[in-house]
Amino acid sequence: MDLTYTEEEEAFRAVLREWLATALLKLPDRPSPHDWPGRRAYDTAWQRTLYDAGYGHVHWDASPTQRLIFLEETEKAGAPYVGANFVGLLHAGPTIASEGTPEQRARWLPPVLRGEEVWCQGFSEPDAGSDLASLRTRAWRDGDHYVVSGSKIWTSHAEVADWCELLVRTTPVSEAVPKHRGITWLAMPMDAPGITVRPLRTLAGSTEFAEMFLDEVRVPVAHRVGDENDGWRVTMVTLSYERGTAFVGEVVACRRVLGEIAREARRNGRWDDPALRRRLGRLAAEFSALWRLTQWNVSEAQRTGGVPGAGGSVFKLRYSHARQELYDAAAHVLGEDALDLGHEWTLDRLSSLAYTIAAGTSQIQQNIVAERILGLPKGR
Amino acid sequence: MDFQLTDDQRALRTGVRELLEGRLSSRASLRDTAGRIDRGLWRELGEAGFFSLALPEDRGGVGLGPPEAVLAFEEAGRVLLPGPAVATFLAAGEVVGAGTGEAVVTAVDGTLVPWLEEADVVQGDVTGAVPLRSVDPLTPLHRVPGAPRPGRGVLLHAAEQLGSAVRTCETAVQYAREREQFGQPIGAFQAVKHLCAQMLVRAEVARAAVYAAAVTGDALEAAGAKLLADDAAVRNARDCLQVHGGMGFTWEADVHLHLKRAWVRARLGQVADEAEEALASAL
Ligand SMILES: Cc1cc2nc3c(=O)[nH]c(=O)nc-3n(C[C@H](O)[C@H](O)[C@H](O)COP(=O)(O)OP(=O)(O)OC[C@H]3O[C@@H](n4cnc5c(N)ncnc54)[C@H](O)[C@@H]3O)c2cc1C
Repeated sequence: MDLTYTEEEEAFRAVLREWLATALLKLPDRPSPHDWPGRRAYDTAWQRTLYDAGYGHVHWDASPTQRLIFLEETEKAGAPYVGANFVGLLHAGPTIASEGTPEQRARWLPPVLRGEEVWCQGFSEPDAGSDLASLRTRAWRDGDHYVVSGSKIWTSHAEVADWCELLVRTTPVSEAVPKHRGITWLAMPMDAPGITVRPLRTLAGSTEFAEMFLDEVRVPVAHRVGDENDGWRVTMVTLSYERGTAFVGEVVACRRVLGEIAREARRNGRWDDPALRRRLGRLAAEFSALWRLTQWNVSEAQRTGGVPGAGGSVFKLRYSHARQELYDAAAHVLGEDALDLGHEWTLDRLSSLAYTIAAGTSQIQQNIVAERILGLPKGR
Repeated sequence: MDFQLTDDQRALRTGVRELLEGRLSSRASLRDTAGRIDRGLWRELGEAGFFSLALPEDRGGVGLGPPEAVLAFEEAGRVLLPGPAVATFLAAGEVVGAGTGEAVVTAVDGTLVPWLEEADVVQGDVTGAVPLRSVDPLTPLHRVPGAPRPGRGVLLHAAEQLGSAVRTCETAVQYAREREQFGQPIGAFQAVKHLCAQMLVRAEVARAAVYAAAVTGDALEAAGAKLLADDAAVRNARDCLQVHGGMGFTWEADVHLHLKRAWVRARLGQVADEAEEALASAL
C-alpha cells in the first residue's frame, strides 16, 4: 500500500500545475448555468485549450493515475469541468476507442478531443429508465441506412449536441430473442431530419436535459458501433466508464465546499452549535474516505489494465448520498438564505438531488453490488 | 501511487487469518473462555510475532509498519479475539513479555479499562475503578472516574472494527444465500439485497479510510477512520442481525457478539464526539 506518487507522476503533476496557473488567467467569464449555447462554447473552448497543450486525450490514453492527478489538479485550480463534453470525453469516446473500427475512431475521436463536436447520450426512454434493456425505439434496415423511430428522454444537453450515442431495437423481443439481445449502438447526427428536441425544465430551473422525438431518422449503417444486436455488450463498456472515474473531480470540489461551509458557519455564528460542528466533522471524515476510496479504485484499475470495475457502484452509492448531506449541511448553515435561489449552494443543493437517480439509481446500484459483487441470487 | 495490498501484505493477512481462525472458529471455544484470557493462544500469537510486528528487528520484533499492524488487527476483529490485544501490542518493547505474549497488558482507554483483573500489567491510573456488568460477555470492563483519557490505539481499534464489519457482511450474505422463505433464498429479495449492499459499502469506505490512515500516519485521518469504522461495525452488525431474523436474536449466532464488541470498541481509543470535534476544528 503506497500513497506516494512516483517521480514520473509528480513531474506530470508539476508541469500540469504550472501550465494551469497561466492558462486559467486567460479564461473568459463563465456563462450562466441556463445558457446552453454559451456553455457549449465555453466548455469546447476549454477543451481546445487542453488539446493544444497536449492534455486533450488525458481521459483515454493516460494511465488511471495520471487521469486522477489531472482531475485533482484541474479541480483544485478551479478549472472548468468537462461540462458539455461529458458524454463525448467520458463515455462515447472511450466506447468508440475500444469498440469502434479504425475509420470510426478517425472520424469521431479527434473532433471530440479538439472541442469541435459535442455528444449526448440517448439511452433512456419514457418507459425504459432503470430497465434500460426494455427500450422500444425501433430501427429497421433500408439499404445502407437504419431508419429510426421512437422517443428518448432525459437526454442531457441534447439541444447543443452534434452527435448522439443512441440505443435502438433492431430485433423485436420474442421468446427466441430476449430483450438484451436485440439492441444496437448507433452514432446519430443530431442535425438529421426527423429529430425534434423538446427541452425539459429541471427542478433546479435549468433546461439541462430534453425529450427527443425520432421520426424515421436515417442513420448510415456505417455509424453502427459493434455488431447489429450486440449493443448491450457495447453499452456495458460505456456504463463502466460512466461510473468509473467520472466523479474524481467532484470529490475534490466537495472537500473544498466543506471548508467554505465551515468558514461561513464561523462567520455567522452557527459554529457555536456543537451539533453542527460534529456534523461537519463527520462530513470531513466522509469526504476524506471517499477520496481514499477513489485512490484505491484507481490503483486497482491500474493493476487490472484500466477498465473500471464494479467498485464504481460502491463509490457512487456512498458519494451520491454524501453530496446530498453536504448541501443539506450548507442549507443549515445558511438559514433563510438557503431558500434564496441567488445563493450558489441553493442551486447546488437542488442539483445534488440528481445524483441518486442519474447514471443508474441507488436502488439499481444496490442490486448491482448485491448480485455482481456479493453474488446474491438474481431476483425475478 | 499503488494503493493496493502488496504480495507480502496479502501473505501476512492470510497467515494471521489461518492462525486465528484455526484457534477461534468455534463459538463454543469463545463461550467457554468468556471472561478469561486463553494464555496458550496469547503465547502462540506472541511467537508468531503478532504483538511485536512493529518492533524493530534488533529489539526482537518483525520490523513492519502500521499498515501491517492494521491488517493483523483487522483479522483479530473478524474472529472476535478476546483480550486486550491493542494495549499489549502497544506495550511491546516497553513492558517485558508483552511482545512475546508472556505478559498480558491492559490500559486505561477513554473512561474504560478492559480486562483489568486478568491483565499482568495495567497502564494508567486505575484508582477508584468500578466493575461494570459488561454488555460484551467476552470483554470484562471497569469504569474509571474522572475525565476521559484518550488511548493510543485509535487506528488499531478502528482496524478491529473494520474486520468485524467485513465479517458480519460476509455472514449476512452467506445466510441470505442459504436460508429459504417463500420458496427461494431470502437473498433474492431486494429488501435483503439492499441491506447487504449497504453493508459492503460501509465496510469498503471504512477500509479505504483505515488503510490510508495507516499509510499516512496522520492523526486526524486516523480519527476519521475510527469514526467510519465504528459506524460500519455497529450498523453492519445490526443489519446482519436483521438478515438472520429470529436466529440473529439468539446466542446460537455470533452476530450479537459482534454487535456488543463493536459497542465496546466504539468507546475505546477515541469516541465519536471527540473525533468529530477534532475533525471540525481542522476545517
Ligand atoms: C440529471 C439527469 C441527467 C440524465 N441524463 C441522461 C442522459 O444524458 N441520457 C440518458 O439516456 N439518460 C439520462 N438520465 C436518465 C437516468 O439514467 C434515469 O433517470 C435513471 O436511469 C432512472 O430511470 P427513470 O427515470 O426511468 O426511473 P425509473 O426507472 O422509473 O425508477 C423510478 C424509481 O423506481 C426505482 N426502481 C426502478 N426499478 C427498480 C428495481 N428493479 N428495483 C428497485 N427499484 C427500482 C428507481 O430506483 C426509482 O427510485 C438522466 C437523469 C437525470 C436525473
